[in-house]
Amino acid sequence: MGSVLVVLEVRGGKVRPASMEALGAARTAAELTGGGTVTALATDAAEVDASALGAAGADQVLVANTEQHSSDGAAATAARVAREIGAGAVFLTATIRGRDLLGRIAALLNTGFVPDCIELGAEGGKLHFVRPVFAGKALIRVRINGPVAVASFRPNFFRGAGRSATAAIQKTTAEPGKAVVTGLSGERKGRPDVAEATKIISGGRGMGGPENWHLIEAVADAVPGMATGASRAVVDAGWRPHEEQVGQTGKTVSPELYIAAGISGAIQHLAGMSTSKVIVAINKDKEAPIFQHATYGVVGDVHQVLPKLADELKKASSP
Amino acid sequence: MDVIVCVKRVPSTTTRVVIGGDRKSIDPTGVEFLLNPYDEFAVEEALKQRDAAGGGTVTAVSFGTAEAQKELRTVLAMGADAALLLQSAQAPLCDGATTARALADAIRGRKFDLLFFGKQAVDMDQHGVGPAVATLLGVPCISEVVHLEVKDGKVTAHREVEGAHEIVEAPLPCAVTAQKGLNEPRYATLKGIMAAKKKPLDVVDASVGEPLVEIVEMKMPPPRAAGKMVGEGPEAVPALVQLLKHEAKVL
Ligand SMILES: Cc1cc2nc3c(=O)[nH]c(=O)nc-3n(C[C@H](O)[C@H](O)[C@H](O)COP(=O)(O)OP(=O)(O)OC[C@H]3O[C@@H](n4cnc5c(N)ncnc54)[C@H](O)[C@@H]3O)c2cc1C
Ligand SMILES: Nc1ncnc2c1ncn2[C@@H]1O[C@H](COP(=O)(O)O)[C@@H](O)[C@H]1O
Repeated sequence: MGSVLVVLEVRGGKVRPASMEALGAARTAAELTGGGTVTALATDAAEVDASALGAAGADQVLVANTEQHSSDGAAATAARVAREIGAGAVFLTATIRGRDLLGRIAALLNTGFVPDCIELGAEGGKLHFVRPVFAGKALIRVRINGPVAVASFRPNFFRGAGRSATAAIQKTTAEPGKAVVTGLSGERKGRPDVAEATKIISGGRGMGGPENWHLIEAVADAVPGMATGASRAVVDAGWRPHEEQVGQTGKTVSPELYIAAGISGAIQHLAGMSTSKVIVAINKDKEAPIFQHATYGVVGDVHQVLPKLADELKKASSP
Repeated sequence: MDVIVCVKRVPSTTTRVVIGGDRKSIDPTGVEFLLNPYDEFAVEEALKQRDAAGGGTVTAVSFGTAEAQKELRTVLAMGADAALLLQSAQAPLCDGATTARALADAIRGRKFDLLFFGKQAVDMDQHGVGPAVATLLGVPCISEVVHLEVKDGKVTAHREVEGAHEIVEAPLPCAVTAQKGLNEPRYATLKGIMAAKKKPLDVVDASVGEPLVEIVEMKMPPPRAAGKMVGEGPEAVPALVQLLKHEAKVL
């Protein structure tokens, strides 16, 4: 198949964790198709850690630094590098930035693209990909008929290769673009974003009101790296910002642990979180549909259950 | 201000998915189809930008089956000026790249200042057709936009990224994909629905070759293992935390 190019996601100079998983997927793809090198491409003033990227799966890293991120510029750089190294596949992260680039890179390479892959395989030397459709209500297995397989990988489904290797670092030029990122606003510090977190607690209408969100925050504070999410009912009521919404018209998440507090489990909410590894439901109605999807269920009032949960989690997390 | 907005007919989000006899698509029996929810934001923004500029046209384009005329009429009823259906029986089975080719071929040569898409069609969830069409047409594209300003031939947009809003600038003509939060889509009024009947809706045959992505099979996701009811009230919490720690090993 030739080599695999992985477009790293870089923000604030740092390579995002999802990129390490994409590198692991690239390593697997290279092995499944008879060997080939894995090249990582970093843009946007990346601080590149050659041993971390090498361990995750990269043989070499190309750095195309730009002062300002440009989506069309980054896509043009990726497509050029893919041609230069004769890539048989280009892999990205299924993050907001990865999504932004996926279709463009495929268009530039005159090929098809597959977003949000959760499984990778090969048959007769040709890669195939499994991905959710209809918000996870079904899965499709696909093959790309174009010359290059362009695909993105959903966070928390793949792992870095975990090898002991150091990647060779080289510079390359960045292509200019017309759409340019000129700044960031409303940066939320502290808690990770729901789309990236490996642990999430989400609150629904059963929380009763925004004044009760400290109960959610206390649980999140008890577990390192836990993000807070919300149902659409809560976002529509203005209790929480839209960027916290999980579901069909919000974010799709697949964390290791998803705690749903006071959420009924409507089909559109499930669409966004049903691929979570472990789901905990806390609801005062034992008939609530969320319990049919939960790994563990607790029937009870969030006002009583959540403070106890925060306490117990704090005890469990401290050595 | 001339604006083109691409819209798709999709199954309602409440659809219970049943896999069809071909094992590659869903069984459409009893499924309610409607305008893709994100395309409502795209249409609303197209109308707003036309009106803010004090004139121009909004043209809606869809690549779909003959049935998609219904969704195009909805867009005309909301206030678009004209509609174009690129008709193909194959359209619902086409991947994002193939769809983008069909749309770009139809849009190329038409004059536009802004080109709108939804950020995602809620059937195949590709998030890719907008950026792909823009790339094929050689125009910049800002995706997942929640705030948009157009002034002096330039677009300034806010897009949601993990943990912040990114501010992006681009010159016109420019493509934008609409995220929820961009605006509040209007409903079609009775007057709008009447007026829509007289607006032009062109239908042309669109042929696409071999799709760029081939669906090998569609299947249902593996069922989740049966869950455990741990208990009732705060008394159940210590047991829950033990399970999370020792059984599920997520703590
Ligand atoms: C096109 C479309 C897209 C949508 N997209 C999304 C989406 O992206 N995300 C999303 O979440 N929804 C989405 N929805 C909305 C979805 O259908 C539901 O309306 C929504 O998820 C309900 O939110 P909820 O569970 O918080 O509220 P409710 O359904 O009102 O449930 C509240 C739950 O809290 C429980 N409860 C009440 N009080 C307590 C208490 N004191 N302690 C414990 N439990 C309590 C109740 O028993 C109930 O089960 C969408 C809908 C449509 C039509
Ligand atoms: N068949 C189609 N006809 C017209 N527009 C489409 C079509 N498919 C996708 N789009 C547009 O592209 C957006 C994103 O779709 P997708 O990339 O499939 O998630 C949609 O919200 C529409 O604006």
